[in-house]
Amino acid sequence: MLRYALLRLLGAIPTLLLVIILAFLMVHAAPGGPFDDERALPAGVAANIEAVYHLDEPLPQQFLRYFSGLLQGDFGPSYRYRDYTVSELIAVGLPVSLQLGALAMLLALIVGVSSGTLAALRQDSMLDRVVMSFAMTGISIPVFVIAPVLILLLAVKLHWLPAGWSGAAGAAKYVLPVITLALPQIAYIARLTRASMIDILGRDFIRTARAQGLGTKAIIRVHALKPAMLPVLSYMGPAIAAILTGSVVVEQVFGIPGLGAAFVRGALNRDYTLVLGIVILYAALIILLNLIVDILYGVIDPRVRQR
Amino acid sequence: MSLLEVNDLRIRYGDNAVVDAVSFEVNRGESVGLVGESGSGKSQTAMALLGLLPRSARRTGGIRFDGTEIIANDERALDRIRGRRIGMVFQDPMQALNPYLRIGKQLREILLQHRIADGAAADAQVVAMLGRVGLPDPERQFDVFPHQLSGGMRQRVMIAAALIAEPDLLIADEPTTALDVTVQAQILDLLEELRDDTALLLITHDLGIVAGRCERLLVFEKGKIVESGATASLFTAPRNEHTKRLLADAPRIDRGDIPPAGCGKTVLGIESASVSYSDNGGDELQAVRDVSLSLREAETLAIVGESGSGKSSLVRSILGLIPMRSGRVVYAGAPLEGPVQKRAAAQRRDLQLVFQDPASALNPQMRIEDVVGEPLSVHAPGSSSDSRRQAVLAILEKVGLNKDYLRRYPHQLSGGQAQRVAIARALILEPKILICDEAVAALDGAARRKILELLKAVQDESGLSIIFISHDLSVVRSSCHRVAVMYLGLLIEVANTEALFSAPRHPYSRALIDASPIPDPLAARATAPLKGEVPSLRSPPSGCVFHPRCAFAEEQCRETRPQLRNLEGARVACHRAEGIDLGLCY
Repeated sequence: MLRYALLRLLGAIPTLLLVIILAFLMVHAAPGGPFDDERALPAGVAANIEAVYHLDEPLPQQFLRYFSGLLQGDFGPSYRYRDYTVSELIAVGLPVSLQLGALAMLLALIVGVSSGTLAALRQDSMLDRVVMSFAMTGISIPVFVIAPVLILLLAVKLHWLPAGWSGAAGAAKYVLPVITLALPQIAYIARLTRASMIDILGRDFIRTARAQGLGTKAIIRVHALKPAMLPVLSYMGPAIAAILTGSVVVEQVFGIPGLGAAFVRGALNRDYTLVLGIVILYAALIILLNLIVDILYGVIDPRVRQR
Repeated sequence: MSLLEVNDLRIRYGDNAVVDAVSFEVNRGESVGLVGESGSGKSQTAMALLGLLPRSARRTGGIRFDGTEIIANDERALDRIRGRRIGMVFQDPMQALNPYLRIGKQLREILLQHRIADGAAADAQVVAMLGRVGLPDPERQFDVFPHQLSGGMRQRVMIAAALIAEPDLLIADEPTTALDVTVQAQILDLLEELRDDTALLLITHDLGIVAGRCERLLVFEKGKIVESGATASLFTAPRNEHTKRLLADAPRIDRGDIPPAGCGKTVLGIESASVSYSDNGGDELQAVRDVSLSLREAETLAIVGESGSGKSSLVRSILGLIPMRSGRVVYAGAPLEGPVQKRAAAQRRDLQLVFQDPASALNPQMRIEDVVGEPLSVHAPGSSSDSRRQAVLAILEKVGLNKDYLRRYPHQLSGGQAQRVAIARALILEPKILICDEAVAALDGAARRKILELLKAVQDESGLSIIFISHDLSVVRSSCHRVAVMYLGLLIEVANTEALFSAPRHPYSRALIDASPIPDPLAARATAPLKGEVPSLRSPPSGCVFHPRCAFAEEQCRETRPQLRNLEGARVACHRAEGIDLGLCY
């Protein structure tokens, strides 16, 4: 198992390298530069600034400079926030975003799995239909629509929850962003759970468990839940990616000082190093979490483990 | 009062009645057999007893267990009976055990559910039960997953689960159908030994299984019980026509005609064939070792042996579906070499194959006409669609299907009809050699008999040579001219069918014959079933590979591997073939 994990980690290196190169090229291909402004800088000043940040060098050389910095764990200086390095900006934003993402994932798993299981147990009942219609709606509506609607309803009209982040106290400020982020994932996980639970509940070994007198609760808990989670587990990789990208929008809408918001500002400002740093960090995170998912797969299914 | 009283049980799916007015009783400690062909309603009846019918089923009629009415949807009441008062053993233990759960945990959950024991006491009880069903080293097996066990061991675990709560009634639904004959005998003996005063309801299509084991029989046909009575009288003096037919269709290993071996010229020569697989650890597993065998013209040659004996690997390597590691095959004076797609068209055409399960061997999206005609489009691409249709019609007629079947899809056929289609597809190119890999194993009595008759008719007409792989020795006896017995990849005996069944030379051949059940309660079995299971290819025994299970093994057998040698017209690989008296069989 350890050997397998190490091999997979090694295999991730080319992927990450490709991500870095592509991101680097795309950032630099975008029109405009970090120091462009409404009013053009005097030529001498601009040249000076570019020289300080090595932007006057040919692109390959810039890349090598950036890459050798990366290897030493240095994401470089921010071009826009002159007193900060990218690492420092990430250190500020990452904890907030991680908290948000983890809470959303947790909520999505708990609500998605339990509602999917209930729907499977009462297949074709009213409950099943209600859950599945909600799921369908959740999948169809994009985050940037859900967020304002929730704000309008729960914050502006009913005054139950704060609409934004700053100024709001305690846990209440987490509620709306987390729900917004989790909703599409709840929907997807509920549908996946329902389908796979229906499949598992139709297997012969569930009939055996029923013939042994195990009640529905024991059958779900002991026999069905673990195998039914396999498709959900393989969806975890894409789900994590979706939550990370979703957080870019959600942080913007709710004014949360997280990595997503930093990313949007970085992109608008052509803050090359900041955008690159966040893209690389997210890519590494997604690769790592996918690896963990694959290892968990082997934990659940003993036939995969015995390779 | 009877333990179980079933009164006017009816089960229907929509307008389709699968069980119709079934009434019977089971007394305490009694063993009752439910026999009938597939689809006769016997399994549906058993499912109804446990309230396990699917939701789409409608059941009426009374089921009383130990004086209490079993109501179809009262899950709470059912859960107090299921597993606790009625134990159940299902057919295929690979599917029926949870592959994601250690077997000890699966058994322990039953004890917890019925509050029989918990904590360490439950674990101890599980280990004791695993020991009773004959799992070696039960403490360690507690933590094993089902896929790590052999089929026989899995079925032992299934039996342990059914009996651990000491139920009053044990229902076994085709408990040995997925197992080898020698293991089947062990499992049936184990059931008998362990059940004590637990009543047994044994459901099977195989009359040989119930003959010596059940006190009473219920014969099912199309959802009805057509005859019931004491086993002995039912076998000796059946009154119902269907019972008589079932008995007539059950192949018998102890009587009936044996096809005489001819002496035609060799059409296929297999010379020192070896096949090996590399497992994922990089070890080389020898599935077939140094097998030399010849197939004669117009002959049916049986290859028999338990699973893992290498019989399927051997024929697949002959066909070029898997590579042969060494050795060669000669057909019509030329070697058959390389993978099948690189062989000459004539060679491919002359060797055809029929598989065990027609349902999965026929493309479900193709009509019968296209399924059967497809080989022509490969081997005679120029032919017109009209001439192709004529050829398909002709071959379908030969296998006993008329033109109404042309437009049908495989799922619209019964198992026997589908196998006819598969045979028609193989025969349409007029091959010289037909390889049947367990081609009748999935079929019921009458359908099986008709397929065997069909093969014989084709052989008589066209001189077809057949390699017939089977685990069922009674079928082999009535339909094959010669028999090759394989064990752990090695050929251990080759003999004419008549010689093999009357006086086998190898102790393993004798054990296989003895393990085959006889549908006759009077044909008592004198010998104990073969002990143990087929060893792993990963670590084949030293010397004679059969010695760990052989009652006659000596020092020499443990040390040197016996070579195949001629002995009175047969070939046998046993050091002691002359020295031991295996007695006469049938």
